[in-house]
Amino acid sequence: MNEGLIITLLLCLPLMTFVIIRLFFGIRWPIFSGYLATLILLIITFLSFLIAWQYFFIYGKINSSYALFVPIDIKWLVFTRQLSINFTIIIDAISVMMLVVVSFISLMVHVFSLAYMKGEQRYGYYFAYLALFTFAMLGLVLSGNLFELFMFWELVGISSYLLIGFYYTKPEAVSAAKKAFIVTRFADFGFLIGILIMGGLANNFDIIQIITSIGEQQYLWKGAAASFLGMSTLTWACLLLFIGAAGKSAMFPLHIWLPDAMEGPTPVSALIHAATMVVAGVYLIARFFPVFQMDVTVLHIIAFIGSGTALFAAIIACTQTDIKRVLAFSTISQIGYMMLSLGVDDNLTGIHLGYSAAMFHLFTHAFFKSLLFLCAGVIIHTVHTNNMHEMGGLRKQLPVTHISFLVACLAISGIPPFSGFFSKEAILSAAYNNHKWVYAVALITAGITAFYMFRLYFSIFWNKPVITTLKKEGMGLMQLALIVLTLLVIITGYVPFGDFISANGKPVLLEVHFGFSVIPIALSVLGFFYAAILYYRENNLPSSLEKSFGWFYQTVKKKFYIDELYLFITRIIIFKGIGSSIAWIDKNAVDGAVNTSSGITNWLSVFIKKLQSGKVQQYAFYFLIGVLCLLVIVMYTF
Amino acid sequence: MIVNFLLIVPLITILVLMLINQPYIKPVALLGAVAQLIIIIAVLIEYVSIVSPHHELMQLQTNIEWFSPLHIHYHVGIDGISIVMLFLTALIVIAAILISWKETTLQKEFFVLLTLLAFGAYGFFISLDLFLMFFFLEVAVVPKFLLILIWGSGKKAYSATKLVLMLIGSSALLFMGIAGLYYNEPAEWHSFNILQIAQMQLPFSVQIFLFPFFFIGFGVFTALFPFHTWVPDGHSAAPTAGSMFLAGISMKLGGYGLLRLVMLLMPEAAKVYAPYIILLATIGIVYGAFATMAQKDLKYMNAYSSISHCGFVLLGIGMLTPVALTGAVLQMVSHGLMTALFFAAIGMIYSRTHTRIIQEMGGLLAYMPFIGSLFILAGLASLGLPGLSGFTAEITILVGSWQQPITAYKIATIFAAASIVITAVYILRAIGTVLMGKYKTYQPNTLTDASWYEQWAGIILLIGILIVGILPFLLMKLLSPAILTIQSVILK
Repeated sequence: MNEGLIITLLLCLPLMTFVIIRLFFGIRWPIFSGYLATLILLIITFLSFLIAWQYFFIYGKINSSYALFVPIDIKWLVFTRQLSINFTIIIDAISVMMLVVVSFISLMVHVFSLAYMKGEQRYGYYFAYLALFTFAMLGLVLSGNLFELFMFWELVGISSYLLIGFYYTKPEAVSAAKKAFIVTRFADFGFLIGILIMGGLANNFDIIQIITSIGEQQYLWKGAAASFLGMSTLTWACLLLFIGAAGKSAMFPLHIWLPDAMEGPTPVSALIHAATMVVAGVYLIARFFPVFQMDVTVLHIIAFIGSGTALFAAIIACTQTDIKRVLAFSTISQIGYMMLSLGVDDNLTGIHLGYSAAMFHLFTHAFFKSLLFLCAGVIIHTVHTNNMHEMGGLRKQLPVTHISFLVACLAISGIPPFSGFFSKEAILSAAYNNHKWVYAVALITAGITAFYMFRLYFSIFWNKPVITTLKKEGMGLMQLALIVLTLLVIITGYVPFGDFISANGKPVLLEVHFGFSVIPIALSVLGFFYAAILYYRENNLPSSLEKSFGWFYQTVKKKFYIDELYLFITRIIIFKGIGSSIAWIDKNAVDGAVNTSSGITNWLSVFIKKLQSGKVQQYAFYFLIGVLCLLVIVMYTF
Repeated sequence: MIVNFLLIVPLITILVLMLINQPYIKPVALLGAVAQLIIIIAVLIEYVSIVSPHHELMQLQTNIEWFSPLHIHYHVGIDGISIVMLFLTALIVIAAILISWKETTLQKEFFVLLTLLAFGAYGFFISLDLFLMFFFLEVAVVPKFLLILIWGSGKKAYSATKLVLMLIGSSALLFMGIAGLYYNEPAEWHSFNILQIAQMQLPFSVQIFLFPFFFIGFGVFTALFPFHTWVPDGHSAAPTAGSMFLAGISMKLGGYGLLRLVMLLMPEAAKVYAPYIILLATIGIVYGAFATMAQKDLKYMNAYSSISHCGFVLLGIGMLTPVALTGAVLQMVSHGLMTALFFAAIGMIYSRTHTRIIQEMGGLLAYMPFIGSLFILAGLASLGLPGLSGFTAEITILVGSWQQPITAYKIATIFAAASIVITAVYILRAIGTVLMGKYKTYQPNTLTDASWYEQWAGIILLIGILIVGILPFLLMKLLSPAILTIQSVILK
């Protein structure tokens, strides 16, 4: 069995699919393109599972930890003997896990999209862009070189741009796509500088080499001599990498692009903006975890930003009425959980609970969040609106979706025995062991999560039926994807995850203590009941509650005016203030100088031109003056 | 010997173009350009077959005395850098001819001038004699005046005069530099031979004195801040082919001259002046990018973004590390191809909508998917998407710059890297407004997609962009011996 060959296939197939569909099939045979892409993805998923099976069960553990393979290492752009951008593939526990998640969710989304996107004008191109995304995302998780990672990172960004802007005649979709790309680009600028610093530190861009060399020489990079603005070079490098990660993973204050990204087709939101691309930031930090571990400062920053974002996004989610935006904020909140979990990984005790818990939550979240989005897709497809106030009582018309949504809601709220309970429990216990404040924030967030998810659930499926003329949903490809994912949401919690994935390769026990989990479950149930009281039937409680909160409710509903702040900074300060004034300076001052110099030349030439008038008397006069002057000079000097 | 054909073929093309008439002019011009590309491929094959790790700097030399009293020689030869630049020129010239396929005013004169410009550029990239180099530089500049004045649009008289005056002014500086160099050489080796002067090493004081002449002289061509103002006006007023040539090739003459002449002949002075080069380059990058953001006209936008991108060339040259120098060459190629493609796409859009104002267009992608895709790809190359040329070049420059241990240089690198964000802003704004969004109702609904010649013009440039973006190691192989030679001179 050759991993190199499988990996090559794994990356080449989606890329080829993209090129072929985009260039040849997209317009002429759209339906065929869709099925071709799905078939290719089926092969890819099979290959990913093959690799996972081989890695975890055939090769198994060597010295009680899983090995790391580098099946492919090809030089692409050689700078110096050490510094080069290589096409390196890393196979280790987290990359294999991500491989499985990405390819499987992508397959489900493909299957779902076959039915969901039917009748779209650019049906073929949609699948081409999905294939491009799958290629980039698979490349990202397999990358073993910093710049290679960065390249796939950017490609993921551009495929996200293309898919958010899929309905490119809709102005909202265009500006959302632009916003998503530019905000993540801003973060990528930090990432790029981080890469340069880290590559410079280790004199290498190979991730494994960087980790070993910084590990060996950390005293060099943490000393006062290597500091800049009061922080050591290592801190800077880690912080900048984290900025890149925060941009992609929509951490506060770079989260603003994710809610807007919901303008894209709903299956795209399920794939890119819920399950895979947005967790790339978490994956990046996990990939560099040995380096991050050396710097407690950055880990603390990650924990604080993660927990802050989790709470912040959860609060906003309670007030949104667009069902996709509620899910978007819940995604931000859940990624915040993963980040905080990485941040509280305790290096001192040697039990890396946080790391495994973060990866576990990433794994379970991918399934239940994509399930939620796909359910939202079915709902939007049926009622043709995103506004939850225009829905209600849909449980009768959409039985399959109803059950799936309920299961996913229970999972995300952390109610046993669904998958989210186990991973959230692991994160909470990691936080509890490390930092009490972070634990408290995570606990409160868990309660709020249950509230806003069941607010969504009751508003959609119970409450007052707004539309009554709907037909009952049938069984199609969309429902197939929902059912498969629902089953997975139920069972993925029982994966002995800590056994497979841990920071140092040694198994971690992610066990559930009854005593410990009483509080979070109680909070979740409390959230559930609050939501039930408010939204189970139509009543006046929600609106009176909104009124009693007054300005605070409005502020939260407006997402704390952060979008407006950004708009002010970009449009007024950067665009009008800097851009326009530089353009003005260029036109008037810099170019003005050029024009002035030419004007002076012109004036001089006009002046001198008069000397050459062609009039003999004038010449004779100049001659006379010249002779007199000479005469004077000669007389006085001799 | 084969190198001389690089000059003979355009000359013959020009002669034939002058003799023939209407229906044959375009095919002959295209044939000439393609023949030139074939010659360049032959040169490449010849070069690769003789190249060895420890070879002389320049290969396939021809050296004939031209004017003995002043020791002016017809002296040509090539190395990796010039081959890459020759390929760039050939691709852009072919695309420019294709894009002008429907040019009707004074067709013969148009293609003669275009070929003459190309002749100048080819000559410049292969000459090894200072005087010869200067001669070809002028050939590549002066015809632009007519090109803009006759076939241009907008403020063409003003722009043509400004462009030619500024470039001629910079040539005057270069001429003073060359003359100063000639007279400051020790009497026994009065020579214009670049290789000879490089070997002999100029005295330090001479280098210090002459460096600004050469640097500013070539810098004006490369849109060095604050001598960049010819770029926006000149590019915008020129016809599409002219803009492609200006941005794609003319701006590269400066960068090539800096690498070939200044780094090779005045390495000591280069080290002294490096901080100033880096400062001006960084200002150019950031300033150009911000100025681009506020532009309303597509051509002005692309011209200002050229200032920003060419700042990267200067940055790479100023950093003096071999990686950064390689990156500078890559950036020259990359910028040449992608700006030419961008100008081509803008020209195609302009010829249909009759406007270049960004806000006056919208939703064009549905009506011209091919042109729209070209526009998007050129934009993505410009904002540095991996897989396209811009990424490879800029990353190489940034990595090379980061190798400099000086903190100020690192800060300059960070500023330069910040431009990737600003670039994304203006590129996506243009794409979002012009191609996407709602179709503006006053736009004619008879907009057609690209015709065959426009498609091929785009495809040819796109192939170049993809080669630089995906297979940069091919170029690296060509460039690294030449760069190492320059590096060894600098380190000496």
